[in-house]
Amino acid sequence: MTSAAHAVLVVDDDPQLRRLLRTTLDAQGFRVIEAETARRGLIEAASHKPDLVILDLGLPDAEGHTVVRGIREWSSMPIVVLSARVDEQQKIAALDAGADDYVTKPFTVGELLARIRSALRRAVQPAEAGERLQFGEMQIDLAHRHARGLQGEIHFTPIEYRLLAALARHRGAVATQRQLLREVWGPDHVDQPHYLRVYMKQLRAKIEPDPAQPRYLLTEIGIGYRLLSDRDD
Amino acid sequence: MPDTVFESADEVELIDLPPEDLLQRLREGKVYVPERVRVAIDNFFRKGNLIALRELALRKTAERVDVAMDRYRATEGIGAPWAAGERVLIGIGPRSDGETLVRAGKRLAAALHAPWIVVYVETPDLIRLPEAERNRRIAWLRLAETLGAETVTLGGHSAAAELTSYAKTRNVTRLLLGEPSRAGVARWLRPSTVDQVLARLRGIDVTVVKTTEAMRIARSPLLARSAAFLAAPPSGKRRWPSYAWTTAAVALTSVLAWVTDPLINDTNTVMLFLVAIVLLAWRFGRGPAALASALSVLVYNFLFVEPRHSFEVADGQFLITFAVMLLVGMLIGQLMASVRLQARVAGHRERRTALLYAMTRELAAMRGASSMARAAVRHIGEVFEAQVVVLLPDEFGRLGYPRASDGAPEPASLRGADLSVAQWVQDHGQPAGLGTDTLPAAAARYLPLKASDAKLGQLGVLAVLPANPRRVLLPEAAHLLDTFAAQLALALERSSLAERAQSAAVAAESEAVRNSLLAAVSHDMRTPLAVIGGAASSLVEAGSQLDDDARRDLAQTIVEESAQMTQLVSNVLDMTRLESGLAAIRPEWVPLEEVVGSALRRLQRPLAQHRVSTHLDEAPALILGDPVLLEQLLFNLLENASKYTAAGSHISITARQGFDEVELLVADDGPGFAPDIEPDSLFGKFQRGRAEGAIGGVGLGLAICRAIARAHGGDIRAERRPAGGALFVTTLPQEAEAPAVPRETSVE
Repeated sequence: MTSAAHAVLVVDDDPQLRRLLRTTLDAQGFRVIEAETARRGLIEAASHKPDLVILDLGLPDAEGHTVVRGIREWSSMPIVVLSARVDEQQKIAALDAGADDYVTKPFTVGELLARIRSALRRAVQPAEAGERLQFGEMQIDLAHRHARGLQGEIHFTPIEYRLLAALARHRGAVATQRQLLREVWGPDHVDQPHYLRVYMKQLRAKIEPDPAQPRYLLTEIGIGYRLLSDRDD
Repeated sequence: MPDTVFESADEVELIDLPPEDLLQRLREGKVYVPERVRVAIDNFFRKGNLIALRELALRKTAERVDVAMDRYRATEGIGAPWAAGERVLIGIGPRSDGETLVRAGKRLAAALHAPWIVVYVETPDLIRLPEAERNRRIAWLRLAETLGAETVTLGGHSAAAELTSYAKTRNVTRLLLGEPSRAGVARWLRPSTVDQVLARLRGIDVTVVKTTEAMRIARSPLLARSAAFLAAPPSGKRRWPSYAWTTAAVALTSVLAWVTDPLINDTNTVMLFLVAIVLLAWRFGRGPAALASALSVLVYNFLFVEPRHSFEVADGQFLITFAVMLLVGMLIGQLMASVRLQARVAGHRERRTALLYAMTRELAAMRGASSMARAAVRHIGEVFEAQVVVLLPDEFGRLGYPRASDGAPEPASLRGADLSVAQWVQDHGQPAGLGTDTLPAAAARYLPLKASDAKLGQLGVLAVLPANPRRVLLPEAAHLLDTFAAQLALALERSSLAERAQSAAVAAESEAVRNSLLAAVSHDMRTPLAVIGGAASSLVEAGSQLDDDARRDLAQTIVEESAQMTQLVSNVLDMTRLESGLAAIRPEWVPLEEVVGSALRRLQRPLAQHRVSTHLDEAPALILGDPVLLEQLLFNLLENASKYTAAGSHISITARQGFDEVELLVADDGPGFAPDIEPDSLFGKFQRGRAEGAIGGVGLGLAICRAIARAHGGDIRAERRPAGGALFVTTLPQEAEAPAVPRETSVE
């Protein structure tokens, strides 16, 4: 994807990391705006209206999720958060607040670029309820609740369809457990992750050739799930 | 002012002036605000009161001076002028004025410099007193305790008998009793405790204290007393069946007597009824015995006494028969009631002793303060019919409720304990709440759990909220509660000492670990850092002179070495977090395949050249564990497998369902463990299966696996596969039932 016009705001307090990101993103043709504090980041986001924000969760002046919430008050621009591996709770808080995806430090440049592109693509073509999913030979029509594989028609229960649709709305990105529980079971069930786990297991059994090595319904352990369909990437 | 304040004062200064002078000063407004002086003089500061107060103050001070003199004698080595070994016993009976007695006893004991004991005998008479009266007796005993007496509760039929035998066993020299309540003929008919004691005791001075008329205890009203007499329960609450049985038995006896009447004479018919009365009294106690006597008299009179079939009595002799029948019934009923009561009291005591023993035995077999606390809550709650909680201090000495992670609370758990009161008890080491000197009106009693070793400090606080305050207020019960608390403190002290010993061992071990960590980290970090630095500097300094392949080689080296270092650093961090308890485990219900799938995906690249197969069908749908930590465990095992086996090797992940555990097997068909290596030693920190060099790593991966497995209550072991290769078996206990997920009603 050409991204000549895409502006990326990097909010990070570490000058070395900003330098790395600027060099890499410049080389990929992005226009890079830098901010080193959360406060500065919110100002830059409002004044430059970038196409995407890369937000480090370890900022000294504010919690990452408050920055996400600050941006979400007025914009749906894609936000990709950067965090250390052990900060699961921070990641979840940022994702629940509306961040689109996350990349764990240390990351490879390839990984980061893939996440950025995926997020930008979703911003251009938001997922719709009426779309189709393609998993190998299996095709699922979410609007008409109709699924077909090599062996003919496949049955999904209503909850399974709702779960697939919720995952599809976040396709390519991470959907947290809370988000999925709220979207499928309602706000009363956000503290019952086993509901979600049991249904994910059922979905995998129906969709994945090998549920223990999934290709489409990936687990982001401790965080949530990521749906990849064959139309992505 | 409580007496204890006076007792514990270091210095008492007496300001004395005659009552007339004081009144004069009052009138001059030197003591009180002038407008209140008149009211004060009229009410409290009457001359009589002032004289009494002056006498009290002078006497108290004189007693103190006496004590000071005694101390002086003791320190200067001057022998005591009196016979040593005096001991005063004060008996509180059913009708004595305890407060006067206790204070008199205190004065006598102080004058004799003798230890004193206050005894309360729980006779049937006492038990029949109204609740308020019984509580007053408890208050007297508490007063005695605060004044420094030893208090004892005895159970027995006769107060005199118990008192004399107790006095003998304790080598008492003086016995203090209240004046007899009966006088004249009544006293001659039923000798009072004082008279009985005087008759039994030899060689002990008995002092009788005159009770003032105003202090005489109100007797319970006649009606209430007769009701209590009739209602004295044989046992349990339902009494009407015993009366029904009594009526039936008398009816049966009447039929029997009617049938046998022609064969035997009247005297023996009476015997038949007497047998029935005795049996009924023996079986059902006082009330039914009285009923049986009355009924028998009526029936006998109606059926067998001339003129028959009327209640008239022709021969006056029969009146004596009636009187004897009534008397025998009542007497036996009374005797039986007493015996039953004694048996009940004794049974009660025995049960309490048994429960104390049961708790002690259970605590002895336990480890860990929180489980001990739970056991204590269960036992103490049962014995005192109370809600109980044991509040244990954290490392800063702040008390807190038991944590949910310690398991479900006992049914007898007390949730409404006042933490601020408990904290005071913890900080001061003194009891508070119900029946103590501090906050006596509180509903619960808070007892400090003191260690015998002062260095260990306070071990926690026991809070007890009895359903009935008497359960804790009765001196005997209070002593028992103290004993329970002492036993618990002893157990907690043992646990605390064991913990200290263990943490000392851990500290020594972690010192050793820290040293090997430094050695390992300095080696394993310096090398990749040197490589990264070298490669990067040659790119910066000589990049333009290198060809594309060389540049890519250098860059690739940097990537690989930094990945190596990342792994190293995160392993060290993981280990530290697990050991310090920072990474608290958060168990959730999770399908095993999610954990396996996630670990495999993170290792996609290193495992690209290996054949991986999974067999998870045998595992339950959901297992309980921390998904993040379990994934880390699996990641470490699989990463090892990828590092230590050649490309093309086969790695299998298998789940096995045990009785109440799940086993996760990770097996490879690589070279396996070196022959000189004990597989289990690999789980130690900084242990490597191969000599350092070719394959990177600090040897923390398997130590982390073991830490994670053990944090889940399971373990991990390594085995050599018979066909070659390594096998790692992780066991995870699965005792809880997986939560249900509602099934969908309709399926499309």
